[in-house]
Amino acid sequence: MRQFLLFISIIVVGLIFIARLFYLQVYTTGSHSLFADNAIRKVYDYPKRGFVFDRNGKLLVSNQPSYDVMVIPREVEPLDTLEFCNLLKITKDQFLAKYEKSKHYSPRLPSVFVSHLSKEDYAVLQEKMRKFHGFYIQKRSLRHYEASIGANVLGDLGEVNNRTIENDPYYRMGDLIGKQGIEASYENTLRGVKGIKFIQKDRFNRNIGPYKNGEFDTIPEPGKDITITIDSDLQAYGELLMRNKRGGVIAIEPATGEILAMVAAPTYDPNLLVGRDRSKNFTKLYNDSIAKPLFNRSLQGVYAPGSPFKLMNALISLQEGVTTPKETVTCYRGYHYGRSFMKCHCASGTRNNMISGIQHSCNAYFATMYRKILDKNGNASEGINVWSEHAKSFGLGEFLNNDLFVGQKGRIPDREYYKYAYPKTFYSSYTVSNAIGQGEVATTPIQLANMAAAIANRGYFYTPHIIKNIEDETLPEQFTKPKYTTIDSQHFDPVVEGMHEVYKRGTAASLQVRGIDICGKTGTVENFIKLDSTKVQLTDHSIFLAFAPKENPKIAISVFVENGYWGSRYAGKIASLMIEKHLRDTITRTDLETWILKHSLEDEYAKPYSGKPFGINGRSAFQVVDDEEYAELRALLEQINNPDK
Amino acid sequence: MVRETNRHFKFDWITILLFFCLVGFGWLNILSASHVGTEVNYFDFSQPFGKQLVFIFCTILLITLLLAIDAKFYERFASVIYVISMLSLVGLFVFGKNVNGATSWYGIGSFTLQPSEFAKAATALAVAKFVSDLNTNLTFFKDQIKVFAIIITPAILVLLQNDTGSTIVYGAFFFVLYREGLPKYYLNIAVSLILIAILSLKFGAVITSIIAVFVAIAIYFFNKRKFRVHHIIMMLAVAIAVSFSIKLFYNNILQPHQKDRISLWLNLEKDPIKLDQMKKTFAYNLNESEKAIGKGGLWGKGFMQGTRTTGKFVPEQHTDYIFSTVGEEWGFVGSSLVVITFVLLLLRILHLAELQKSQFSRIYGYSVAAIVFIHFLINIGMVMGLIPTIGIPLPMFSYGGSGLWAFTILILIFVKLDSNRINEW
Repeated sequence: MRQFLLFISIIVVGLIFIARLFYLQVYTTGSHSLFADNAIRKVYDYPKRGFVFDRNGKLLVSNQPSYDVMVIPREVEPLDTLEFCNLLKITKDQFLAKYEKSKHYSPRLPSVFVSHLSKEDYAVLQEKMRKFHGFYIQKRSLRHYEASIGANVLGDLGEVNNRTIENDPYYRMGDLIGKQGIEASYENTLRGVKGIKFIQKDRFNRNIGPYKNGEFDTIPEPGKDITITIDSDLQAYGELLMRNKRGGVIAIEPATGEILAMVAAPTYDPNLLVGRDRSKNFTKLYNDSIAKPLFNRSLQGVYAPGSPFKLMNALISLQEGVTTPKETVTCYRGYHYGRSFMKCHCASGTRNNMISGIQHSCNAYFATMYRKILDKNGNASEGINVWSEHAKSFGLGEFLNNDLFVGQKGRIPDREYYKYAYPKTFYSSYTVSNAIGQGEVATTPIQLANMAAAIANRGYFYTPHIIKNIEDETLPEQFTKPKYTTIDSQHFDPVVEGMHEVYKRGTAASLQVRGIDICGKTGTVENFIKLDSTKVQLTDHSIFLAFAPKENPKIAISVFVENGYWGSRYAGKIASLMIEKHLRDTITRTDLETWILKHSLEDEYAKPYSGKPFGINGRSAFQVVDDEEYAELRALLEQINNPDK
Repeated sequence: MVRETNRHFKFDWITILLFFCLVGFGWLNILSASHVGTEVNYFDFSQPFGKQLVFIFCTILLITLLLAIDAKFYERFASVIYVISMLSLVGLFVFGKNVNGATSWYGIGSFTLQPSEFAKAATALAVAKFVSDLNTNLTFFKDQIKVFAIIITPAILVLLQNDTGSTIVYGAFFFVLYREGLPKYYLNIAVSLILIAILSLKFGAVITSIIAVFVAIAIYFFNKRKFRVHHIIMMLAVAIAVSFSIKLFYNNILQPHQKDRISLWLNLEKDPIKLDQMKKTFAYNLNESEKAIGKGGLWGKGFMQGTRTTGKFVPEQHTDYIFSTVGEEWGFVGSSLVVITFVLLLLRILHLAELQKSQFSRIYGYSVAAIVFIHFLINIGMVMGLIPTIGIPLPMFSYGGSGLWAFTILILIFVKLDSNRINEW
């Protein structure tokens, strides 16, 4: 027994050691990746972010240098604080607070002292920097928006949030990432790939050389330049016309689905969200809960489409064979159904066929057609599903699935949608409002523009998109392959003819442009809001949908102006002007231009919040901008027309 | 005739092979732990790995010498070697050089020698010589006192030089004496004392006393030998007295850094400020070394690839904390192999010791196994955070000439003695 004591002790200790090793190295061991190793410092090298050009090759977005003053507290020597503060334009208290903060963060490591110096401040400071030990200047790159247009298109950069960091290991605290617009949707293309250097640290946190001779280091891959489909002149013109109004304008090239202009009003200068003042300005924009400048009305604004939706009902009725273009409906100043009545502005006894029905936007004609579609097989439940499928084939009621960062589905109801409102019986008379684009249908301006493009193409469309070209990359198939609607192309001719009549003799006759065959459709949408929990009716929204020229169309456009009253009052004028601008580059209808620039809707928007009783529609007065502002708008217009000056 | 020619080479090559495996692998780890930069000049003698290469070369000369000397020499001159060794320890009080608070070195220029390392081998020889004497009987109290005196002399001398770690190593001789007939109650007392000390520091004297009472009752009822009641009560009284007085010992006798190490080990410190302070000082080493071992994972990061080793995160990594380099760079597989190699070497020596015909050789072999075992236990246990921090080197592995040579002498004398057994036919 005695000779086994040491023997057993040795074996037991050996087993305990192996067990402990197993516990330390296999059981509780953490991640073995280089990124999790705190003995290795990771230094990132940020590549140049890609530039953005418009469809004509004009530079829209580039980069600008920015300068941060950095500090390493341990290395700071006594300095002339007053001079330093004056150079940096900060007070002494701020200086001390910042210094304490960086010292608290780490006395050995650099931290940002003052960020985003302007070029001018940098120039002055650089001369004197040698006097301030422990401080140095670090160059960084910021976005520069060449023209102050298209904030909603281009978007902006901001620091990544924690959720993104958790989901995507590429990003690290403090990295910039696209937050909106194309900066967000083409983030991966524009940003490139940052380079990384692994550096071996010692226990005092000093660098002692590259890890494994830089074997794992990568060089940064620069971001790619992209060309977008926006025509910056048209975009600038649209934004100018939408001054003092709210709403959205979308112009699409029907032959390709390229978005020529995407105006959301009100908008802002994209340079506001760059650099030092970003968070201040962003908060200001974000908190404007009434005008909502960050809300992209052209993509996210869901509105009842109004009369332009009649075109859809006309197309479906032809496709379903429930009518012919020649068949007439007599309008008696409106349409009776059951105990209800829908008003119309036709003279009593007017006989409308399809073309004149579109031309005069006859409610009775389209209510009749809608009911015929639904009752085709004697079963409105089936009928509405068929109707819904047709409408959805135009890209309505669903996401467009394109490269825009935001969007809304809108709404095209089917039987399923009505199952709570009408659980048992369902008759075509229940939803007659859909016939005239009120009721339950809802669309966004881009969906309407796409519908216009599909009509312009007589039956197909390309998914509206904003990307025109990426450096050595081809566009995805979804943007280059046409999508066919469920309506046969021969049924489009009477509808197009009707739209042409709208311009010739109909509701938009006053908006003709000599020499251009425009096809359009006005819309006037009633709108209600909830104000202090009561339903209040406000002035109608003004809607317009058009394409031109009639044969071989070059542009399809939808304009939505909130509280603009009838369709041709605001929206129609803007659409005509945009079309002329795009097709001819000069404006002959300067009377329309002057009218639009002069008139403002700001008072109209302020009404509901004024606390005073107010009149709507015909009972609200025109608001004309003052001379000073008008002169300013004129000057901007001049700049757009003659950019070289 | 053939056997005649091979006569001088009848050594136990397994022991020698295991010994060189450890030395060689140790050097690789010293290289990894002490090199700077990516370009390595293996013969840069200003660096620890370069110096160690010289020490290893000297070791080979030393081995040749040790094996050439006649086996009888060690037995005959054991007492003389012991006396010279003790004198060298005493001489330290006059000529010693102070390094890190311990006066354990003779300095000749930049070269230093640590006599306490060699004293272990000398003591082993002396103990073997004394116990193997026909007149010695360890069951007699008189002989027990004599052998204790042999062991305790160097232990006290190194303690006075502030080298607590080396003092504890002399505890190894307990295994030897027990094997050679030291009465069993010494083992019982030693184990009980350690248990009582740990329990009363961790849980307090009262709980320890209560446990002691229960144990005493259990012994009374279940022990076949039927202790007399008053014996049990006496033992119980001593146990309770020890458990109450241990706190006094802990507070007044131990030095502050020793107290800190024990309190960290037993998790006694609750004051966050004090804990934070510990984390920045000695607990930092331990923490870093555990982290380095943990980072190794199953297969390790590879030779010279450990980031914590390259970054010199573990202070003293090439000396006492060398095992953390093994852990980081060779992983669980490599570290376990080192542990297994040590166990194999120890068991081989132990096995050979039991085979010895000469009592002197057996006792000496036993001492070698016990001394190496204690170093192995304390060093690796400390690096992995299993026992409180005690600064002693890992045999054959840690950087240092004195240590390496002392273990060479210790083990190779035994190999020579063993070869004598084989050749005695």
